[in-house]
Amino acid sequence: MLRFDRAEATLGDFRLNADFALEAGARVAVIGPSGSGKSTLLGMVAGFVPLSAGRILWQGQDLAGMAPGARPVSILFQDQNLFPHLSVAENVGLGLRPDLRLSRAEHAAVAGALQEVGLQDMAARRPAQLSGGQQSRVALARVALRARPVLLLDEAFAALGPALKSDMLALLARIADRNGATVLMVTHDPDDARAFADQTVAVIAGRAHPPVPTGPLLDDPPPELAAYLG
Amino acid sequence: MAQRLRQLSPSPGGLAAGLLVLLILGTLAAVATHAGGLSALGPWDWRAVWFTLWQAALSATVSAVLAVPVARALARRRFGGRALLITLLGAPFILPVIVAVMGLVSVFGRNGLVNDLLGAFGLAPLSIYGWQGVILAHVFFNLPLSVRMILHGWQAIPTERFRLAASLGFGPGDIARHLERPMLREVLPGAWLAVFLVCLTSFAVALALGGGPGATTVELAIYQAFRFDFDMGKAATLALVQVGLCVAALALASRVSRPAGFGAGLDRDTPLPAPAGWRRGADAGAILLAAGFLLVPMLAVILQGAPGLAGLPGAVWAAAGRSVVMALISAMAALALALALAQVIAGGRAWAELAGMLPLVASPLVLGTGLYLLLRPLVSPTALALPVTVAINAVMALPFALRILIPAARSLQADYGRLADSLGLRGLARLRLLTLPRLARPLGFAGGLSAALAMGDLGVITLFADSRNPTLPLKLYQLMNSYRMGDAAACAVLLMAISFALFWLFDRGGRIHAAL
Repeated sequence: MLRFDRAEATLGDFRLNADFALEAGARVAVIGPSGSGKSTLLGMVAGFVPLSAGRILWQGQDLAGMAPGARPVSILFQDQNLFPHLSVAENVGLGLRPDLRLSRAEHAAVAGALQEVGLQDMAARRPAQLSGGQQSRVALARVALRARPVLLLDEAFAALGPALKSDMLALLARIADRNGATVLMVTHDPDDARAFADQTVAVIAGRAHPPVPTGPLLDDPPPELAAYLG
Repeated sequence: MAQRLRQLSPSPGGLAAGLLVLLILGTLAAVATHAGGLSALGPWDWRAVWFTLWQAALSATVSAVLAVPVARALARRRFGGRALLITLLGAPFILPVIVAVMGLVSVFGRNGLVNDLLGAFGLAPLSIYGWQGVILAHVFFNLPLSVRMILHGWQAIPTERFRLAASLGFGPGDIARHLERPMLREVLPGAWLAVFLVCLTSFAVALALGGGPGATTVELAIYQAFRFDFDMGKAATLALVQVGLCVAALALASRVSRPAGFGAGLDRDTPLPAPAGWRRGADAGAILLAAGFLLVPMLAVILQGAPGLAGLPGAVWAAAGRSVVMALISAMAALALALALAQVIAGGRAWAELAGMLPLVASPLVLGTGLYLLLRPLVSPTALALPVTVAINAVMALPFALRILIPAARSLQADYGRLADSLGLRGLARLRLLTLPRLARPLGFAGGLSAALAMGDLGVITLFADSRNPTLPLKLYQLMNSYRMGDAAACAVLLMAISFALFWLFDRGGRIHAAL
């Protein structure tokens, strides 16, 4: 269980509060107007945004004081998910060992992960030689290898076209299912939320509301959310 | 709490900053405790203070005034070799001072080209020794840098402004009034101050061309007090005065934004309006004169010295080898310090930036004097000569290396910092897999500058060295002083070639290893 225990982050005069819990294995969309604090919420879990009050706990353990890389968390950003100077295989291998001193078995695991996302022939290429969709697949292969129980997506597929995006969401769902991962996905697209997440956290005016079922929320949104959804 | 503790534990950046603060403030403290009070300074010393100020002001003014027409000509004319000329304008930055002095002597000296010409017209010869020689050398070094800074200003005027000016029928005079003069008002104070700061701590030029009662800088006076009078109290007092001058000038400079003298981006797609008529001739004249002033002394040294290269005595080659090793160590130390500091600064710690700028308040001779005072109970001064030179050259290169590395480290942090953190990429693995490959290009450039500066430095080594273990610049100075001009010219060619080669190798290495 991922629990926000009166967690609060303060950035200048902006403040974000969250006080709720997510079941392990939950798939949760995070929606809300620009600047409402969606990325901040993910940053608090990932360890990039320090808490000014409260706690965030994973399976009862306080995450405070854990470096981002040590947390039970994988995060994908909108861009810059790959190091452009490292090969595809190296970028994936970082998920196993950050110093890239991989054993034979680990090399095999990297190859397997690339196979799973259909990029086994691209292992030696640089990210710049791949399409946007292929780059997302590389990042997902790394997520699969790291197998962390919490997965954060900060508009990770926002730059992809609709068909590619639904491919990625399907791939993501497969990976998350296999690890039983809890997924928090920031998105601007209500259709993504409906397709992928049975629950949704609405972030409005400095408050991350407890998750509610996605369909009913989007069918009958509260006024602030309705203005954003249009 | 754990997070607090992690921040307090020693990081490479924290260590680098601490080392720097200890070295600089430690030596300054040594200087301060040995200083005899201002009463220790005689009228001779006050003349040095006065000379330091007015020669720096005059050098900066002459450089700025001459740079404006050259920069304008380069901004609005296109001709073959223009890009090469602009690149060459960056060369004096890494040209060893003593080599340039050698070149100026061979053009403006007693038997030089200029005095031959003057003699042909029956005019009295000029002397390059004395204050006019000091100013001449400073302008030689700083005119090109001023031109680059001002050219940058010209090219920062948006093309659209010139298009608008053309559509309104502006003549050259109107363009000057509405576009160029406002730009110059912004750029010139910074360019002037940059040169003023450099000339404030001038040593090698004053050592070689000045020195009399009317042409001694504070830096040179420290050397004389140290070396000839062996009056450490006076040397320390003068060092304090030098620090005071630097701090005052830096305080002044902090109110003025200083343009970058080096760096790329010196070209734009559409050239500026290029008026025809007499202005065309004037522009050509400005460019030719500036190029001649810059290139003729260098060509003179090369022509004079190249044939003698093979016949150089073994001692010169030994000095060259010694200098190369020292320059490489200095450059590596400067890079390590700068990289560690730049990463801390990119992480948002302002105090580290302050530490990195500390070397600007202390000149090489001030640091040398302080280190000598600190270390003299422990080691003999001649044993100090080479290590202290290496250390001081590394520290002196630091502000330049930082100016190059900080922006690169900032964008690295912004682009990949979170990704690396989220993957747990830390310590040596982060250095090897992320930092070094992504910063290879600026590291190569900064390393090249540091190595070339260290290679050509004739500064603190003069305080300690005996005649047995000279560096190459010191050897060149000794040859010049003993009037072995043939060997000196050859030695100058060798020093210039090695300095440029070191810069080229580092810079090229950085480009080759630069990540995609």
